[in-house]
Amino acid sequence: MARAKPKSDALEPRLAALRFDESGWQAAARSDALARLTAIGLPGRRDEYWRYTDPSLLNAAQITPTAPLANDAEVFAKIEALKIVFVDGVFDAERSDPLGMEGVSIEPLSAATGDIHWARDLYGVLEARGQNPVARPLAAMNTAFATEGCLIRVTGHPLKPISIVYISESMASDVILHHCIKVESAAEVTVLESGQAAGRLNGVMEVELADGARFHHIRAQGRDAARLEVTHLFARIGKDANFKSFTMSGNGRLTRNEAVLELLGDDSSAHVAGTALGDGAFHHDDTVFITHAAERCESRQVFKKVLKNGAVGVFQGKILVKQGAQKTDGYQISQALLLDGDSQFLAKPELEIYADDVKCSHGSTSGAIDETALFYLRSRGVPLAKAQALLVLSFLAEAIGEIEDEALAAAVQARLEDWLHGDAA
Amino acid sequence: MLEIKNLHVKLEEEDKVILRGVDLKIGAGEVHAIMGPNGSGKSTLSYVLSGRDGYEVTEGSAQLEGAELLEMEPEERAAAGLFLAFQYPVEIPGVGNMTFLRTAVNAQRKARGEAELSAGDFLKVVRERAKLLKIDADMLKRPVNVGFSGGEKKRNEILQMAMLEPKMCILDETDSGLDVDAMKLVAEGVNALRSEGRSFLVITHYQRLLDHITPDVVHIMAAGRIIKTGGPELALEVENNGYADLLAGVA
Ligand SMILES: Nc1ncnc2c1ncn2[C@@H]1O[C@H](COP(=O)(O)OP(=O)(O)OP(=O)(O)O)[C@@H](O)[C@H]1O
Ligand SMILES: [Mg+2]
Repeated sequence: MARAKPKSDALEPRLAALRFDESGWQAAARSDALARLTAIGLPGRRDEYWRYTDPSLLNAAQITPTAPLANDAEVFAKIEALKIVFVDGVFDAERSDPLGMEGVSIEPLSAATGDIHWARDLYGVLEARGQNPVARPLAAMNTAFATEGCLIRVTGHPLKPISIVYISESMASDVILHHCIKVESAAEVTVLESGQAAGRLNGVMEVELADGARFHHIRAQGRDAARLEVTHLFARIGKDANFKSFTMSGNGRLTRNEAVLELLGDDSSAHVAGTALGDGAFHHDDTVFITHAAERCESRQVFKKVLKNGAVGVFQGKILVKQGAQKTDGYQISQALLLDGDSQFLAKPELEIYADDVKCSHGSTSGAIDETALFYLRSRGVPLAKAQALLVLSFLAEAIGEIEDEALAAAVQARLEDWLHGDAA
Repeated sequence: MLEIKNLHVKLEEEDKVILRGVDLKIGAGEVHAIMGPNGSGKSTLSYVLSGRDGYEVTEGSAQLEGAELLEMEPEERAAAGLFLAFQYPVEIPGVGNMTFLRTAVNAQRKARGEAELSAGDFLKVVRERAKLLKIDADMLKRPVNVGFSGGEKKRNEILQMAMLEPKMCILDETDSGLDVDAMKLVAEGVNALRSEGRSFLVITHYQRLLDHITPDVVHIMAAGRIIKTGGPELALEVENNGYADLLAGVA
């Protein structure tokens, strides 16, 4: 794929407001990332990878704050978890739980200043790997400038999930967060993310799964209509390891969630799923790139979007099966439910296969609400708006079904019901 | 209970006329049956009464206890006491049968200004009524009609009817696709609901359902009209001789 020409004219003002920190163990990673970013330039509408999503709001030197962001009630409030709080992108020790828990060590990136650090092998490393074959300049920008985030190293089976909660208090918050998570051999962790992070968020999460490791990730992105967000989830998945990530999004003016997952050890799996509800000036882009580089691995992508009043949904999903990745089982489905004629769904599923004994399937559909089912519900006395909300939940069910933990699935379901029935009321 | 006068219906999108002046009056507590050749307009009548889109009423009226049905939204008709057991019940993946039933029951109660049933009370009533229809806990948990056999779907319709306690029940070929035992179950379910304040309109092709649910009145529908009305013996006549004589009689 052709690389974009450097667009230094836009890059300079974009970086002007950011402070480049040359100290500490990340120094080399940061300057490498800055060099990558300078070589690549900011994404542009002419880049094939940004064909359906206009990055200009992400590239802009500054954001124009509208109204204060609305902070929803915490989605995972009822889940017993170790809570880590970031307020406008800054770790808040007072609002967070003590960071000690058996089987895991957690440090805020801002406090991890020690000279020798395990995260040196992870910070910016997966992001750099993820620059090929497609450039991801905003992720490089994140590595170059991030000073906040979490470093999580899992060595056992912590009893509770780790819940990262974002709160936004400033109207003008423009935030970069970078998390590194290493799950050691046969260890297991659940990481939750929720809340309104910032007016504009650039988030990166790098996840390394050693052999036999398990990682569950459930994310609830904020619902404020003015929110701008670009996230990259990079993972390197070892033998017999399981990776699962689910994202729920509501509204938000512009969201681009990229997942770049590599199955590197035999018999491992990677599942990514998401639901997005968009109303009005909403643009939501899920871009997924899964590489099968080992035998007998399984991957699943399940993305559902509900769009109305001119909302736009994008899905770009790729499965790359490398030579020798025999018995690969890849599945991909992306669907949109268009609640009116003004909304739009753009999907680009891609398969690239260099092994002969593989099973890969993909499907993409967009359609309206099923009138027969709607009439059936109404004929039982369910009012129109409520019947529509039920059918929306019915449409989302397959994606929510990807959440393994029942309590977490119930929390997500409950929030979706609140949103939908709230709209219905 | 239900009074239909000179009902004319055409398709909204095409100029196809389906009902050509249907007159029907069902008293409180009565059971009426409608029989008639395929395509004569029986299901259309049931859809128009319950408010499905796609049909245009060009003439006539339909009143439920004096209230004009044709002006109401489908959910208002349901709250007013109308129920249609579908010829082809609809599958709704991702919506649990129990959630669906509870949402429907409480929506109707709310529309009528009654208090909603608590989760506990609701569960108790559902279990009891499901048991009579041999619907097990697993079927209650599963998504609405998904993976149900034809007979299970029909029993599920009757369960909905039992839970919603409508005044006017329309059953569109609820007997089709049922084995002998299931038909008895369904008939028992219906008979258990028969009461002075509740009326039934049973659409069927076969006498065998009427062996179990004895109708007070039988109507024959052909080409969008009721062409003959009589007692239970009319159904037997159809069973033995088909529609040829009846149709010839009108022509
Ligand atoms: N939405 C529709 N679009 C096109 N034709 C329709 C539609 N609804 C009904 N019809 C036609 O109207 C006629 C009556 O159909 P209806 O389903 O009411 O018959 P029925 O008496 O219930 O038949 P059956 O005994 O086979 O169930 C048929 O010719 C049918 O094809
Ligand atoms: Mg019919």
